[in-house]
Amino acid sequence: MATILEIEDLSVHFPINIGTVCAVEGVDLQLEQGEVMGLVGESGCGKSTLGFSILRLLRPPGKIVGGQILYHGQDIVRMNEKEIISLRGNRIAMIFQDPLTSLNPLFRIDEQFIETILTHEQGLDKEEAFNRAEKMLENLGISPERLLEYPHQMSGGMRQRIMIGLGLILNPDLLIADEPTTSLDVIVEAQFLDLLNDLRRQYDLTILLITHNLGNVAQLADRITVMYGGTIAEIGPAEAIFQEPLHPYTQGLLSSIPNIKLDQPKLMTMPGSPPDLVNPPPGCVFHPRCSHTMDICRHEKPDVSKRDGHLVRCWLYR
Amino acid sequence: MLYSPAEAMAKAFSRFTGMGKKYGIEWWILVVGAIIVLAIISMALFAGSIAPFNPHNQNTGPQLAPPGGEHLMGTDNLQRDVWSRIVYGSQTILRVAVLAAIISSVFGITLGLISGFSGGFFDRVLSLIMDSVYSFPGLILAIAFAAMLGPGVINVTLAVAVIYIPTYFRLVRGQTLAIKEELYVEAARAIGASGSTILWRYIFPNVIATTVVVFTLNVADAIMIEAALTYLGLGLPPSIVDWGMDLAMGKRFLPSGQWWLITFPGAMISLLALGFTMLGEGFAEILNPRLLER
Amino acid sequence: MGNLTRYVITRILLTIPMVFILLSIVFVVLRIMPGDPVSSMLGGHAPESVIEQKKEELGLNRPIAIQYLDYLWQICRLDLGESMVFKQRVTKAIIEKLPATIELTAFGMIITLFLGILMGAYAADKRRSAQDNLIRLYGIVIFCIPVYWLGLMLQLGFGVWLDILPIAGRTGPRVLASTFEKTGFYVLDTILAKDFFALGDVLIHLVLPSFTLGLVLSGIFVRLTRANMLDVLRADYIVAAEARGIQHRKIVYKYALKNAFIPILTMMGLQIALLMAGAILTETTFSWPGMGRLLLERIYLRDYPTLQGVIIVFALIVATVSLIVDIIYAIVDPRVRY
Repeated sequence: MATILEIEDLSVHFPINIGTVCAVEGVDLQLEQGEVMGLVGESGCGKSTLGFSILRLLRPPGKIVGGQILYHGQDIVRMNEKEIISLRGNRIAMIFQDPLTSLNPLFRIDEQFIETILTHEQGLDKEEAFNRAEKMLENLGISPERLLEYPHQMSGGMRQRIMIGLGLILNPDLLIADEPTTSLDVIVEAQFLDLLNDLRRQYDLTILLITHNLGNVAQLADRITVMYGGTIAEIGPAEAIFQEPLHPYTQGLLSSIPNIKLDQPKLMTMPGSPPDLVNPPPGCVFHPRCSHTMDICRHEKPDVSKRDGHLVRCWLYR
Repeated sequence: MLYSPAEAMAKAFSRFTGMGKKYGIEWWILVVGAIIVLAIISMALFAGSIAPFNPHNQNTGPQLAPPGGEHLMGTDNLQRDVWSRIVYGSQTILRVAVLAAIISSVFGITLGLISGFSGGFFDRVLSLIMDSVYSFPGLILAIAFAAMLGPGVINVTLAVAVIYIPTYFRLVRGQTLAIKEELYVEAARAIGASGSTILWRYIFPNVIATTVVVFTLNVADAIMIEAALTYLGLGLPPSIVDWGMDLAMGKRFLPSGQWWLITFPGAMISLLALGFTMLGEGFAEILNPRLLER
Repeated sequence: MGNLTRYVITRILLTIPMVFILLSIVFVVLRIMPGDPVSSMLGGHAPESVIEQKKEELGLNRPIAIQYLDYLWQICRLDLGESMVFKQRVTKAIIEKLPATIELTAFGMIITLFLGILMGAYAADKRRSAQDNLIRLYGIVIFCIPVYWLGLMLQLGFGVWLDILPIAGRTGPRVLASTFEKTGFYVLDTILAKDFFALGDVLIHLVLPSFTLGLVLSGIFVRLTRANMLDVLRADYIVAAEARGIQHRKIVYKYALKNAFIPILTMMGLQIALLMAGAILTETTFSWPGMGRLLLERIYLRDYPTLQGVIIVFALIVATVSLIVDIIYAIVDPRVRY
């Protein structure tokens, strides 16, 4: 399998009044062609920041301060404005958490489709673009007449499907989905995940699914990356992560979700709170909350250890 | 812990500059506004010792002399010293603007509190009236009042005061309606507090804080309206020294190029209005953390 | 569209009480407040019998309630009475002067919107930069400059020192308005008459007054636009548009500005009051023969019926403009109608 996206030693900082928030620190991550990678972690762990950096959509004062992001071998971090714009929506698409607010309320759906299509394919005329939008809607199971409506006339689930349609209209090969189902109710969520699964095959998509919902990733993901405090704790095949989590944080995360299938004796909660990213704890960022803390954890950052396709950053597996 | 005066000063100073760092440009807006306002207020208070001439003295030097020498800002057609008239003029405009703002805030806040608290038909009618006045050009209303009342310091103050009552009314009424529904007010009601207790002990203190900003901005606007009225020849008898009247008089000498007669009074009106506006803006942005995110 | 029609009708019905209250306030201020129009008009030394006779003539000695009803009925008939000083219907005097004021405010508004919205949008896009701070400072400072003083300084600079622009009136001495005057809107009239020399003259006379008015009000629009743009630029759909590769400039000046424009539009309705006040002062400074000049001249002459008429017309303009603004609002924002 070919590597489509290769993130190396990426760091993203947000300088603010009281210091610098190290939102992402030295992250390495590879996405293989056609896979669904689940990126999980608590809110504030840097997973969304990582997603935004891939398209260089960080809001000021956020800034990529180091590392590279290779997309088909080209470094996105060093691209100029024109090059990065030609990737956005065209080769790499992104969909967001809240479909209710992610569509411009003052433009009809067809206008938003046509604008997106014509931005990247200047040769096309409006009518061709409109026809393409119609086909896309059909494909998404929405009646094409609704193209002439405004976003506020549609339901949440439908708007999220429109969002994904806008993302896929130019046949990108990579989709970054940032908490796509968080604001949808359970039934709509399930339908949406099914749709995502279909589209993935249809468009031969690679998906980076950013979520805090382990249920979502369990359904879709081939591999899972667990982030904690701006760093990667663990990467591994989905089954391995669920069956045999290595990092204490992943173990804690899994035992803190209620699960009717697993016969859990009791629901675990993790003590403590996510780390302060302005003054991160020395050594392993997780050590203040870890139940296996050793002396070395307090002083030195753990290296990556490899165990049959499973990467973990923890002193326990040295 | 006790500090020596020097230490306390140093601490206060570092806090002051530290706030500048924390709040950025808003803090400097506040500070510059305060400096302007204080400077002009001291000018009005110590006019007697600052002004080199009596502002009415029609024999201070040559006629229409340009700025320089004995006359910092030149002289007018009646051989009066422009700088001395500027110094004394600050008294008139400050008195009118501040007094007008006080009068309108007292009426506006009281009516707003009562109207918002009591609700019902009275509230609806009063709100409709206030909204109508609010939408009407304040200057025209002030012109009508000033024309009917005739010239005089008190009359011009009243004419200016009338137009700001709806501003306070709308603000205070809106807040009263919101606070009335708060849990702590409900709780006070539940333990049997009377209507007037709730109004004055619970609602009034909450409302008053936000009116500070509005008051400062109100003074700034009142300054411009007062000067506009006197510029139009409506507010004051000629025996009073006033920037707006000086501006109207200087206007006659514009085609012949006597620039100092219009430049200085107008610049002072702008500066004073700017001082109060910056003060109000600075307060508003520092008191409202949401704005600071920007 | 049924919803839109219903909205418009409701909005018109809501305007009626507002107009009624404004008219009542004008009546209270001019008739019930202290100050006797008749004796002051006649100079204060007129004999009692003359005053009484004049009052009788003007119907000012009838009960106040009757006067009030009569006043309202007059306005309903679109009749504003007769001037106390000249043999002239008030309505006619106003119709002569109104176009000059509307022309001035329209040009002033165009300049305000153009400057204010562009600068505000630019500042929001570049927030927290030096340019942003400079524009914000401009917004505060320009707002504090009295419009009449700005007018005088521009006259001094461009009219007296540089001597390139006229400082008074609507036309120069070589242009006779009566040769083309039809509607009273000189820009329109000269175009209709195809008199391009006169058009040039009319436009050059508009430059300083409309810039004076436009500059002073632009401060408010800079601030309004900036604040609304900041809110909009933070919205999810802006990031989403950016993620689809739409050019930044298009996002800021098309996508975001259209959204920010809605709150700006609602504020525009309120700014009409400031625009009118500004126009009165600008007219005085530039000897512009409009409503503001009429109002002040008649105040000095103690011509109460004309005074009353002018103020009523201002009230009606304010009410109408805010009605129109609200209707445009409903058309621009599809969400309002539902």
